[in-house]
Amino acid sequence: MSDLATTRPAPNPLANPWIRAGLILAAAVAAILLGAQLDSSGTLYAVFIDPFQQMIQAPDLLVQTIWEGLVSGVLYALIALGFVLIFKASGVFNFAQGIMVVFAALTLVGLYEKGVPAFLAVIITLGVMFALAVTIERVVLRPLVNQPDIILFMATFGITYFLIGFGESLFGGNPKQMIAEQLFLPKGAIDLPILGGLVSLQKIDIAAAVIASLMIALLALFFQYTRIGRALRAVADSHKAALSVGISLNQIWVIVWFTAGIVALITGIMWGARSDVSFALEIVALKALPVLILGGFTSIPGAIVGGLIIGIGEKLGEFYWGPLVGGGIESWLAYFIALGFLLFRPQGLFGDKIIERI
Amino acid sequence: MKTSNLMKGAALGALLASAAAIVPAAAQETIYFSNNAYRTGPFSGSGIPIGDGMRDYITMINERDGGVNGVKIVYEECETGYDTKKSIECYEQVKSKTIVYSPWSTGATLAAIPRAHVDKLPILSMAYGLSASADGTNFPWVFIPPLTYWDGASLMVKHMAAELGGLDKLKGKKLGLIHLDAPFGKEPIPVLESLAKKYGFELKLYPVAAADMQNQGSLWLSIRRDRPDFLYNQGWGAMNPTAVKEAVKNNFPISKLVGVWWAGGDDDARAGGPEAKGYKSLNFNAAGQNFPVIQDILKFVVEKGKSTTPKEKVGENLYNRGVYNSMLVVEAIRTAQKLTGKKVINPEDMRRGLESLNVDEARLKEIGMAGFASPVKISCADHSGHHKAYVAEWDGTKWTQKGEWIEPMKDEVRPLIEANAKDYVEKAGNWPKRAESCEKSS
Repeated sequence: MSDLATTRPAPNPLANPWIRAGLILAAAVAAILLGAQLDSSGTLYAVFIDPFQQMIQAPDLLVQTIWEGLVSGVLYALIALGFVLIFKASGVFNFAQGIMVVFAALTLVGLYEKGVPAFLAVIITLGVMFALAVTIERVVLRPLVNQPDIILFMATFGITYFLIGFGESLFGGNPKQMIAEQLFLPKGAIDLPILGGLVSLQKIDIAAAVIASLMIALLALFFQYTRIGRALRAVADSHKAALSVGISLNQIWVIVWFTAGIVALITGIMWGARSDVSFALEIVALKALPVLILGGFTSIPGAIVGGLIIGIGEKLGEFYWGPLVGGGIESWLAYFIALGFLLFRPQGLFGDKIIERI
Repeated sequence: MKTSNLMKGAALGALLASAAAIVPAAAQETIYFSNNAYRTGPFSGSGIPIGDGMRDYITMINERDGGVNGVKIVYEECETGYDTKKSIECYEQVKSKTIVYSPWSTGATLAAIPRAHVDKLPILSMAYGLSASADGTNFPWVFIPPLTYWDGASLMVKHMAAELGGLDKLKGKKLGLIHLDAPFGKEPIPVLESLAKKYGFELKLYPVAAADMQNQGSLWLSIRRDRPDFLYNQGWGAMNPTAVKEAVKNNFPISKLVGVWWAGGDDDARAGGPEAKGYKSLNFNAAGQNFPVIQDILKFVVEKGKSTTPKEKVGENLYNRGVYNSMLVVEAIRTAQKLTGKKVINPEDMRRGLESLNVDEARLKEIGMAGFASPVKISCADHSGHHKAYVAEWDGTKWTQKGEWIEPMKDEVRPLIEANAKDYVEKAGNWPKRAESCEKSS
């Protein structure tokens, strides 16, 4: 026996993710040192030295960039949470999340335009999102119980196209202004003199960060510590097993789809206030995709941490490294960051390691 | 079973009979015009007012005058959602029916140009599309009046020079170009680069991916860092209101932000709130309802319930842009009818009509558009005309004309257009040589 033990090959040190990370870090440091030797017009200098010099020279812009990234990150996290909840409960990537953002925001603004007071409009919109959740459960999900996941996924495409058409016929394709003031969302900015410069914090961004964080905290607690939360996790593990112990699948589905509707409404209000409410908002929700890849499709903390990493990472990348390649790198950089993490953790930062036995 | 089959048969028969009854009515003398529209999707904010303006002008001509010289225009929209793939489908659907193809997107125009030269279908890309197509010798089937994106870029430089006090003051200044990262957005770059070299100013590019149209945070941080003296916004759809909002948010002096004519929507500027007052946009049509042509649209179309636009939106900048586009179509039909002596014209005739189009001051007055636009003249060699435009300013509630109509730098733009057209034709391989003869008048 001892012979066997001695002949076992030594573990490959490169297999350890920490060692790999260390090697890459060392390579980066070496490159920086190498770059420092170069004159200030070289590519290595522009990639490894110049951005950091900029950060040191204008720390106010660095703080501002991180702040912008933080706000987007919190919003991405919120959108990602909508996806995670539905993924946990129904095992599908909800392609319709984006259009739900548009639909919720349009309903809110549309109701207000019809003369409904702002806060009543919010309550009615919540009611509409609940009705939508019930309808989706009855019409789409219930008949598809125990079908392969891909069928459910395709069904969310169907929901998307239905909501696009339904929304357009109800509200038209015209862009609308978000009723930010009527909802007492603050306007203007707070200018903080920091580190010899000026950092301007938009009050609406602060509000967005606070509201989204609260929402995330509430949802995380709700699904972690309540009976419904436990039921949700049971459903996530196995529809059949959950049904067999008496958990109502239908009830859980309505709850998660309604939660996704609430998340959609908040996302719609916040992004809508930053630009306008139109069908273009649908694309914003897809920003959550790299967040999900990074954080893992099943993890609430993953969505939060992933959102922040993507948000801050893409803003820093665009601001400091974007000009090197002509800018506009933000949209793919998010996926790039996510891929970088996947090299070390294929299941995502907090995702479940799925072991399938054949 | 039998009776139900009988019923079905009867219903089908009735349907066929009614369809047959419609056919003779449609066969009366008409001209068919299909327009690409996008009333849905991320760009609908710009697409809806334009589509309304285009349709309402044609409806007005049909209602008020009974069509063009007695021939009614059948106007139909093909919905594209500003998607080039769908635009090509629209092209294929309408190419055998329409007298002119109206792509309403630069990507769609680029895709249609090679096809149209084979199918012999004229393209009217009004102040959008391929700038080089202003060369009529190489692009006999494409028309790009009243001016091209390259003229727009030169106008921006002229405007900048005027604000600074002369072209010699441009040296050392910084111009930023915010642009949609798509064929449309990239069009002005070559001219701006060439002018930057000539006048010694620096050009900074700020591309916006379509997915990030409403997520421009880091772009505006870069603008804050680079501190450009002026910004030119080649934006479309949801990108524009976001840019105006971000400019306000980032304390960028709003009067230094100038949009291309497509960034001059009322909704674009309105999004910035009261602080957007002073936002500028190049323009080649007037905004407002104080023109006989708009009054006629109100009287014959909107007030009769034949329009999809709310009354207060009539006269908005992009609505009037649509009216202008339809005016060009109608005037070209009229010209083609005169040239050929035919009442119902075909695409070949329409091409001749477009090539001889000459809407002078007197004609503008006749059609109720005095002061609405500058005269337009297209010739055999010059399919654009490189006409005048002006700088419009948002006064907080509406677009107003600021300053005079200015001439683009034609001497700068034209050689580039000809060189670029030659390049395009060479790269295309066996590009058909122009076989169409020029009219005597043009």
